[in-house]
Amino acid sequence: MKPGPFFIEIVQVAALLGLAPLFIGWVRMLKCWTQGRSSAGILQPYRDLAKLFSKNIILAENASWIFRFTPYLVFGTAILAGGIIPILSFDLPLAPTADVIVLVGLFAIARFFTALAGMDIGTAFGGMGASREMTIASLAEPAMLMSIFTVSLANKSTSLGQIVQVIYSGQSVLRPSIIFALLAFILITLTETGRIPVDNPATHLELTMIHEAMVLEYSGRHLALIEWAAMMKLFLFVMLGIACFAPWGIAGTIDFVAVLTAFIFMVLKLAFIGIGLIFIETGLSKMRLFRLTEFLGAAFLMATLGMLSFYILE
Amino acid sequence: MAQISSFLAAIVLLTAFGMLVQRRVYGLINLFAWQGLFLSINTAIVGYITNRHHLYISSILTLSLKVVLLPYILHILIVRLKIRKEVETVMNIPSTMFIGIALVIFSYYLTEPITEHSTLITRSTLAVALATVMIGLLMMITRRHAVTQIIGFLAMENGLFFAATSATYGMPLVVELGVALDVLIAAFIFGIFFFHIHTTFDSLDVEQMARLKEGD
Repeated sequence: MKPGPFFIEIVQVAALLGLAPLFIGWVRMLKCWTQGRSSAGILQPYRDLAKLFSKNIILAENASWIFRFTPYLVFGTAILAGGIIPILSFDLPLAPTADVIVLVGLFAIARFFTALAGMDIGTAFGGMGASREMTIASLAEPAMLMSIFTVSLANKSTSLGQIVQVIYSGQSVLRPSIIFALLAFILITLTETGRIPVDNPATHLELTMIHEAMVLEYSGRHLALIEWAAMMKLFLFVMLGIACFAPWGIAGTIDFVAVLTAFIFMVLKLAFIGIGLIFIETGLSKMRLFRLTEFLGAAFLMATLGMLSFYILE
Repeated sequence: MAQISSFLAAIVLLTAFGMLVQRRVYGLINLFAWQGLFLSINTAIVGYITNRHHLYISSILTLSLKVVLLPYILHILIVRLKIRKEVETVMNIPSTMFIGIALVIFSYYLTEPITEHSTLITRSTLAVALATVMIGLLMMITRRHAVTQIIGFLAMENGLFFAATSATYGMPLVVELGVALDVLIAAFIFGIFFFHIHTTFDSLDVEQMARLKEGD
């Protein structure tokens, strides 16, 4: 029996929903180990989410519809992105509807509404977080697009499925443009998902937080959805990176064996990327906010160098 | 093999940019040593592809001079002169980066007619070599500190060597030996001058030298 294309789409979104907290749990567990603490276990994010879902929502008096709508929108865009990025198979029914540039747009919509919701209540922290997030976004998004353009140029398509196919068919691995784009993409992933040199995901200190400051007013299932979406965002960026730079293992044909192999490959890659992420996080300390222009400037520089070296050297 | 060569060219360009944005003197010297290392590997690979044995000698010369000896001399200088502070830059770093990118595009534009008529396998790296020279020059302009200006000068020399390798498969060995000797002697002279500047002005900041006027 051959499973239909919609079956693979459902499996993929289910994998996204189920594995994103597990990946965060793995990263947190590794971080605890590297710092000599005992960890709360790899399943702790699930327990956190379950706790938040069971709590009541407390809304501020002046909260508008934007504030109530944002968690669902952020969660929805994350799921939609999960239907487009080839996580298990690149033969997805949703994939032809959107390419990588649309994906960047999806993440931008989620960010835009989070910033609006942060300002909606009118607290000082929400506004501060929103302004910081937008400052960073204005620097990170050009670099992200540049990196994606480089990958698209080198693989002759902006559709992720096509990119994976081109990488499968080619033999050359040591392409300077791809390496530069990968370096830029790593820096941007750290920025967009709020990992350590940019934002400390574990902090609750008002003066340093960025993402946390915007969602400070949320509670109950709204907060659960936003937290879950943030976990999915990290997972999706890792998957986007895998699809663009190291897609080996992603299934082409839809049958159970190929999908199962793809799943095993994905879990292995996630485990390794988690270890790599922890190496970066323990090796670096959080940057001052005004140093971020240099950090993201470096990301933009590398993405641009990647594009130039595609023209000059290849 | 040609692909490895162009990959190393990209890495050399990356180290050039790294030196452009690096704030600390120690980091700068380490990056300079790395650039020399990649350059010498690249020279050896070009020598292997084109079967020209004198390139091996210049590769070893680069390795011993620019990876070991010059960084060592600079390290000793920094320890003796007690320079620990962050390097001052004239412009802020992101705008320096953008000028660097513009220089890469400019050098690509400049070398394109040459690479079109060339038949060498290393022809595509010529633009990168020229960009390395220009970034070295940019570094000399944007830095205030005498030591970092010298490192910029040495990075320029790296770029020229790279350009010679990619445009004509390297200079004749006699010329290369002469250049190596010159650079070595220049490094010694720089060292002596640094000590003199340091004892006269108590600083290696070249801005201070503008104050060299008779009493007013």
